[in-house]
This record gives sequence, structure tokens and C-alpha cells, in this order.
Amino acid sequence: MVDTTLTPAASAAHAAAAGAARWRPAPHLCVAGLLLAGLALVPLFSLWLGQSFYVTLVSRIMILALAAVGLNLVMGYGALVSFGHALYIGVGAYVVGILSFHGIANGWVHLAVALVGGGALAALVGLVCLRAQGVAFIMITLAFAQMFYFLAVSLKAYGGDDGFAIAARSDFGVVDLNNSVTLYYVIFAALAGTLFCLHRLVHARFGMVLQGCRSNERRMRALGFPTGQVKLTAYVISALVCVLAGMLLANLTRFVSPSYMHWLLSGDLVVIVVLGGLGTLLGPVVGAVLWLVMEEALSSFHLTGGPLDELVRTHWLGVAGFVALVVALALKHGVYGALVARFEGRSS
Amino acid sequence: MTASLLLTQLLNGFQLGVLLFLLSAGLTLVLGIMHVINLAHGTLFMMGAYFAATVFGWTDSFALAALAAVGGSLLLGLVIERVVIVHLYERDHLYQVLATFGVILIFNEIARYGWGTSPVFMAVPEMLSGTVDLFGLAYPAYRIAIIGVGLAVGAALYVVVHKTRVGMLIRAGATDAGMVSALGVNIRGLNAMVFAAGAALAGLAGLMAGPILSVQPGMGEPILILTLVVLITGGVGSIRGAVYGALIVGIVDTVGRAFLPNLMREVMERSTAQAAGPAIASMLIYLLMAAVLAVRPAGLFPVKHG
Repeated sequence: MVDTTLTPAASAAHAAAAGAARWRPAPHLCVAGLLLAGLALVPLFSLWLGQSFYVTLVSRIMILALAAVGLNLVMGYGALVSFGHALYIGVGAYVVGILSFHGIANGWVHLAVALVGGGALAALVGLVCLRAQGVAFIMITLAFAQMFYFLAVSLKAYGGDDGFAIAARSDFGVVDLNNSVTLYYVIFAALAGTLFCLHRLVHARFGMVLQGCRSNERRMRALGFPTGQVKLTAYVISALVCVLAGMLLANLTRFVSPSYMHWLLSGDLVVIVVLGGLGTLLGPVVGAVLWLVMEEALSSFHLTGGPLDELVRTHWLGVAGFVALVVALALKHGVYGALVARFEGRSS
Repeated sequence: MTASLLLTQLLNGFQLGVLLFLLSAGLTLVLGIMHVINLAHGTLFMMGAYFAATVFGWTDSFALAALAAVGGSLLLGLVIERVVIVHLYERDHLYQVLATFGVILIFNEIARYGWGTSPVFMAVPEMLSGTVDLFGLAYPAYRIAIIGVGLAVGAALYVVVHKTRVGMLIRAGATDAGMVSALGVNIRGLNAMVFAAGAALAGLAGLMAGPILSVQPGMGEPILILTLVVLITGGVGSIRGAVYGALIVGIVDTVGRAFLPNLMREVMERSTAQAAGPAIASMLIYLLMAAVLAVRPAGLFPVKHG
């Protein structure tokens, strides 16, 4: 409407500027592209360096990123702080472990059992947990995860407290997971595919309703949206993403133990999401990279060669705790959130 | 035989319930009044146990150990409130969980650094090392002492909260902190006091638990989870809920673990019962919590507002 009074030259310049603005990709797309391209190139680099260690490390990072992306759906978009999502990682891992233990190696069977079983469990647990709100929701999700942790500890047939090694990885026919690079790209595809699906989901009507519930659930209910149903669906979807992450984790480590359900892992996931950026799709991926690289750096800390190195190496969890504390006190939007905000502030 | 066994287990459950009450009373006050969820409450319990074990080892005096545990964790609570919690009053619960999660990790490593990974031994004080004869049942005197201390603290807490001016302010603060502050009460000071009192109770629980649990890094977490189950079962923010919730959880957990495997052996095949019994026994309190939540989402004894 304002354009009507502009001279032809000015309006042409305006159109050109608008065109340029249209051609400049959005900052979050830039970051997404760079991040995914970087992750896709890791095996090549590590081949070039002759260090297969990096493939395993980044595989682990991507698996935790996947779980954190799942958690972020309920925590970031639904404001439902679940402190027990490690439960679903454990479920995915135990399905792979127990089925292989009984000689069923078919990966598709693993996938089907894990998703159906995990989904049913998440629906049941979610149904109970979502009756509570706020603090009580945090506590009850934590308590449920602990309950299944103790269940896993008491499974003496499956290693009990110590867990057990998995005889063979999931067998997906032509895709051979015993090759670490193939496994890497399977994990990469799972992460990228999940990111794409969740991107569509949070921008669809469903995601809008979920975010509406985050701001004011009562109002959404008054508008006639089935808020309870939406929250439960989001909870189940986020649990399924974690189940998938758990399956991949079991395949990567070829080992299952109750520690996969431990509440420290749930806490790690929460830290990763907040560190990266709550309620952003890519935030958890950035957070996972930062958190796990920090973990790796601290547990093999080597700077001065003095006694300080030794201290940090043995007590790196304490340093990690300090970082978590600082993140909680000082970082409101997370690293990725702050990055995007700065990017957008400069380009506008 | 079975009757005396049942009585023993009931007393054990009661004693666990009393310990849980000491912890959940502090946590529920902090949650009800300050609306802060403090996961580091179990850490204060752990540090209290360490202080007690150390001082008891040095001086052989249980009174000094008690002073160290309660005083030490009270001071520690004040420091944590000033340094960490004070920044979290206005923040979302998520950040409170995250910050106190960080505090747990830090203090676990401090304990590991200061006292080592292996458990620190704390002896039962000489005076309470014997057994007491209860209706023909020999029960350890120290466990009776735990129950006694818990009951005394519960009674004292009731008097303070319901019969004194400070207690009135605490109850008023739980209902409407802003209004209490507007009436000229130093709500920050009140918050710090409540937090420190909760920390002292956690330290007291650590002292009492020192001789019967193993004092080691991370000992605060399992009991923290139990405390959270108590709060959900009893109702968040209410002292009455903490009392009944703690006793119910303590007794159900202890008695369930003791008798459920045998009971299941009666009704099903031996091998199945052997595998499933301990598993279900360890899940019992969580199933109870889920059942309570399904029927009464606010817990058994919710706070009455207004």
C-alpha cells in the first residue's frame, strides 16, 4: 500500500532489494545446511586422518542429538518438562538387546517391536503423567523412569545391574550395520529425517496447537481444541524418537545396561536441549555437539601436564555440573537461539 | 515367627518413612512457599551424612557429630540459597531443575574428591548399639531412636507451623507471597530461613541414616527419588501430605520387598515368581503413586487454598 507513491526508479530499486532479500536464505537454513553438511563429511575426514575414533564419537553425538530433538518436542514446544526421557532410550536399547539375545536378529522386527511397544508404554505413562502439571509433571516423569530403571536392574536373566553385550547388530538386509561408516550414515539419515518430519509437524496445525498450549492451555481449550489429546500425542511422538535413538545406541555400543535409563542421562538430555536452545529445531543438535565434545575434552583433559589435568580428568563430571549450572542461570535462549537472534538482528 | 517378622518389617518401614519425612518436609516447604524445585535436597542429605561420619570418626561424640551434620548442612543450605536458588525464584521450573542438577553433579565430585569413592564407615553410637525388647521382639535401639527423632521433629514442626508467628507467615507465604511481602514482611529473609531449615532437616536425616546406610558419593539420589514419590503421593506443598506420604511409601516399600516375592510364590510357578517377584516389589511404590495420581491428581492430602 505504501509503494503506490514511489517513483518508478525507486520502486524498481525496492523490488530488487526485495528480490535480494528473497534470495538470501534464512539464517536457520544456513546453519542447518552447514551443520548437516559438516556431519555428513565426518567419515571422510576421519578416513583421511586415519582415525576411526571420530566416526564412533560423532555417531554417539548424533544419537544423543536425536533423543534431545525428540525431548525438545514436548519440552520446547509444549512446555512439558520431562525429566525421564532416558526411559525410552532404555526401552529401545533393551528391545534390540533382548530380541538378539533370543536369536531374533531381523532389524525390521526390532524396529516394529520397539516402536509399537515403546509407543504403547509412552501412551500409558503419558496418560498418567499428564494428569499432573508443572513441578508434579517433572517429578512424576522422573519417578517413572526410575521405576523402569529398577525393573531393568532386577532383570537378572538379562544381566541385571551390569547389563549385557549384544551378540549381533540389527540385521537390515543390504544395509550392513556392522560397517561403522554404514551405521554412521544410518544414524545420520535417522537424525536428518526426524528433523525434517518434526519441522513439518511443528509448523503444521498440530504444532501450532501444541505451541498454543505452551502459552495458554486454558484458552486453547476454550477455543475448542482437544488439548489433552494433543499433549499426549506430542508426548508419544517424542518418546518414539527417543526409542529410535535407543535402538541406534544399542547397535552402536553393542551393549545394553540399566545405565541407559539412568536419570543422569535424562538430566543430560535436558541440559543438551537448554544449552542448544529450547523450542528450536536445531538447538538440540548444536547442544549435543557442544555438550559431548566438552565431555570428551574434559575426560581427556591435557593442558599443562600438572596436577590440575589429573584433577579435571577424574572429576570432569563436577566441571560438567558447573557448566550446567551456568547454562541454567545465564543462558536464556541457548547457544543456537542466541546465534540465530544475532544473525537475524544483523540481516534486518 | 511370621508375626514377629511382620512386626520387624513394619518397624523397618516406619523407620524408613520417618527418614523420608525428614527429607520431604523440607522439600515440600521449599516447593510450597518458594515454588522452587530443589533437586539438590538429596545432596544436602549426603553432605550431612559425610559431616556426621567425619566428626564422629574424629571425636567419637555423637552429639558433636549431630551438631556438625545439622549445622554444616544448614550453612551449606544458606550458601546454596544465596548463590544459586536466589536467582531462580522468578524463573521457570525447567531452569530450577537444571541448576540444581548441576549442583548435584558438583557436590558428588566434591564428596568423591574429599572422601574418596569407597563408602565412609560410621559406627552406631555406643549408647544406642544394643537392642530393645518390644513385646518379646529384639529390635535395634538405634532404629528406635530414628523413629523417636522423626516423631519429635514432626511434632515440633507442627507446633512451629501452626502455633507460632513464623509459622503463620510461612503458611501465609505459601498462599500468597506477594501479599505477605506487601504487608511489610521480609519475604526474602523468610525464604532463606525456610530453605536453611529444610537443609538442616536434610542434614539431620543424613546424620540418622549415616550408621545404617553406606555413606558414599551419590547416596543422596536414590533417596531424593523416593522423596519425590512421597511428595506426589502425599500432595505437593502440604506438611500433612509429607507425613502420611512418607509413612505410606516407607512401609509399602519395605513390607513389599520383604513379603511380595514369597506371596507370589504361593500363587504362581516358582521360577516365574523368582524372576518377577523382586522386580514387581521394587516397582510397587511407583505403581502406588500412579494409582494415587489416577484417582486424585493433586495427591492424597492436597493443600487447601483460600
